[in-house]
Amino acid sequence: MNELVFFINNVVIAGSVSGSIYAIGAVGVTLIFSIMRFAHFAHGDMMTFGAFMVLLLTTAFPGAGAAFGVPAALVLLPLAMVLTALLAVSIDKAFYKPLRAHGVKPIVMVIGSLGVTLMLQGLIRLFAGTSGQSLYVDDRKEIFRLALPFEGVRAPVVITEPQLYLFVITLLAVVGLHLFLNRSRLGKAMRAMSDNPDLAQASGINTNTIVAVTWVIAGGLAAIAGTLLSLDVTFKPDLSFFLLLPIFAAAIVGGVGHPYGAVAGGFVVGFAETLAVFNWSVMLRPFRDSLPEWLTQSGNLAFVGTEYKIVVPFFILVVILVWRPTGIFKGKVI
Amino acid sequence: MAAIIDVQHVHKAFGGLKVINDCSIQVEQGSITGLIGPNGAGKSTLFNIIAGALPLDSGRILLDGEEITNRPANELFHKGLLRTFQIAHEFSHMTALENLMMVPPDQAGESLFDAWFKPSRVNHQEAEVRRRALEVIDFIGLHHVRNELAGNLSGGQKKLLELGRTMMTDARVVLLDEIAAGVNRTLLGDLVTNIERLNREMGYTFLVIEHDMDMIARLCDPVIVLAQGSVMVEGSIEEIQNNPQVIEAYFGAAS
Repeated sequence: MNELVFFINNVVIAGSVSGSIYAIGAVGVTLIFSIMRFAHFAHGDMMTFGAFMVLLLTTAFPGAGAAFGVPAALVLLPLAMVLTALLAVSIDKAFYKPLRAHGVKPIVMVIGSLGVTLMLQGLIRLFAGTSGQSLYVDDRKEIFRLALPFEGVRAPVVITEPQLYLFVITLLAVVGLHLFLNRSRLGKAMRAMSDNPDLAQASGINTNTIVAVTWVIAGGLAAIAGTLLSLDVTFKPDLSFFLLLPIFAAAIVGGVGHPYGAVAGGFVVGFAETLAVFNWSVMLRPFRDSLPEWLTQSGNLAFVGTEYKIVVPFFILVVILVWRPTGIFKGKVI
Repeated sequence: MAAIIDVQHVHKAFGGLKVINDCSIQVEQGSITGLIGPNGAGKSTLFNIIAGALPLDSGRILLDGEEITNRPANELFHKGLLRTFQIAHEFSHMTALENLMMVPPDQAGESLFDAWFKPSRVNHQEAEVRRRALEVIDFIGLHHVRNELAGNLSGGQKKLLELGRTMMTDARVVLLDEIAAGVNRTLLGDLVTNIERLNREMGYTFLVIEHDMDMIARLCDPVIVLAQGSVMVEGSIEEIQNNPQVIEAYFGAAS
C-alpha cells in the first residue's frame, strides 16, 4: 500500500499538476491559432507576465487574502488576469495587427511572436531580477497530509494548497470556456470566424472584436496558468522557457484549434512526462520475491532520467501524430 | 428611381495589373441589375470592392447616398448590404440550419450578460430565429438536409444556402456572385422565382454576376457589361444582345 501512496504522490498528483498547467496554456495557444492561424510563441511569456503581476500586487497588498482565508495571490489573480489581457490586446495592436493588415503569411506572424517573446522575457527580467521568488509573500503554504485508512500504510498522500486551487480553477476555466463557446453568441461568432473568416465578416461579425476577445481570453488564461504554477513552485522569469514546448506539444497532440483537445493533450503530455521519469523500482518492491534479481537490484527503473523530461512530450507528439495526423480530436476549427 | 448603389470612378490594380479601371455603375433601387462580362473583366473584383472585402485604390462608393468606401464587410452587413460568394462559403462545422441561425444580427445571446442572466429572453429569441430559419430552409428546398453539417452539402446546395442566408435578415441590397453555377436546372428555376419574389415582396435590390445567359435574360433589367475593368455598355438584355461591341468582346470570343 505504501507503494500505491508513492504512486499517487509522484504520478497522479504530479501528473495532474503539470497536466492542468499545460491544459490551460494549450487552450490559449489553440484559441489564438483557431482565430488568427498562427502559432503564438509569446504565450509562455504572457504566463510569466501574469505571474509577475500577481507577484507585484501581492508585494503591494500582502494582506489582501486574510479577509477571505486564502493566499493574497489568489485574491489578486483576477486583477492580474485583467492586466495580462490588457497586455495581450496591446501586443496585438502594436505588433500583430499591422502584420495582419499587410496580409503576411502565418510564418511571419510566428517569427514576430518570437520577437515578442524575447522582448517580454527581457522586460520581465529587467524588473523582476533573475532569481526565483515565492508568491507566498505573507501567507503560509499549507500542506495537507491525508493518511489513508488502511493498515500498514505509513506514508500519507501529500497535496499542497496551491495544487488544490489549481485543480479547482482548471475545472472552472474549462467549464466556463465550454459554456462561453457554446452558449454565448460571442462564442458562436468565434467558432464561426475560426471556420470561415470571410463569411463571418460578410455575416456581420466584427472580426476585430473577435480577435480582441480571443486575446482577452488567452491573456486571462495565461495569467491563471502562470500564477498557479508559480504558486506551486516559485516565480522565475524564465518560467515560460520550460513551459512553452510542452504546451505546444499539448495543443498539437489534442488537435490544433480544438479547445477540448488542448485540455486532453495537456493531460496526456503531463502524465506522459511524470510517468516517464517515475522510478518504477519502488512499485516492484512488493513482488521482489517472484522477479528476477537484475530487475529488483537496480535502484532506478525510470524510463528516462529526469534531465530528459523535456524530450518526452515530443516523443508522445510524434507517436500521436503518426497515429492521428490531426491530433486526438480532429483539429483546425473550434 | 434613385441609385441605391453608386460606384464612382473606382480604380483597382493588383501589382501592375489594372483590374478595375475608372469604373462607374449605378444600381437602381428595387432593380435586379445584371453584371456580365468576359472572364477577367473584373466583375468579382468589383463585387469584392463594393462588399468591403477589398480596398480600392481610388474612387468612391455610395450606399443610398451614404459613403461606404472601404468600410469593412461586417459594417456593410448591418447597413443592409449582403453578398454571396462565387465559391460558396459556409460554416462547415455547423449544420445547414445553424448556418442560417448565425445570420440575424443583434440577438440577445450576443451579450454575455444576457446569455447568462436573461436566459428566457435569449431562448425566446432563439426560438424565433429557429422558426425563421426553418421557413427559409423550406423555401430554398433544403429541409431534408437541415441537420447535416454544411461542409458535407453538395456545391449546389451550398449555393442555395448562400441565398438562404440573405433571407435571414432584412437586406436592402444583395450582391449575388454566380449563384447559379453548379445548381441544377430544376433548382435554378426555383432560384430565379425566389429571387424575383424577394425582389417583389421584400423589396430587395439585387446586383447579379452570372454566366448563365438564360438566367440573366429572365431575371435582369438592366444589364451592365463590364470589359477590361470598366463599363462597356448598359441597357436591357435585348439591347445588350444586339450590341456589336458586346458580341465581339463577349459572345464573339466563343465563336
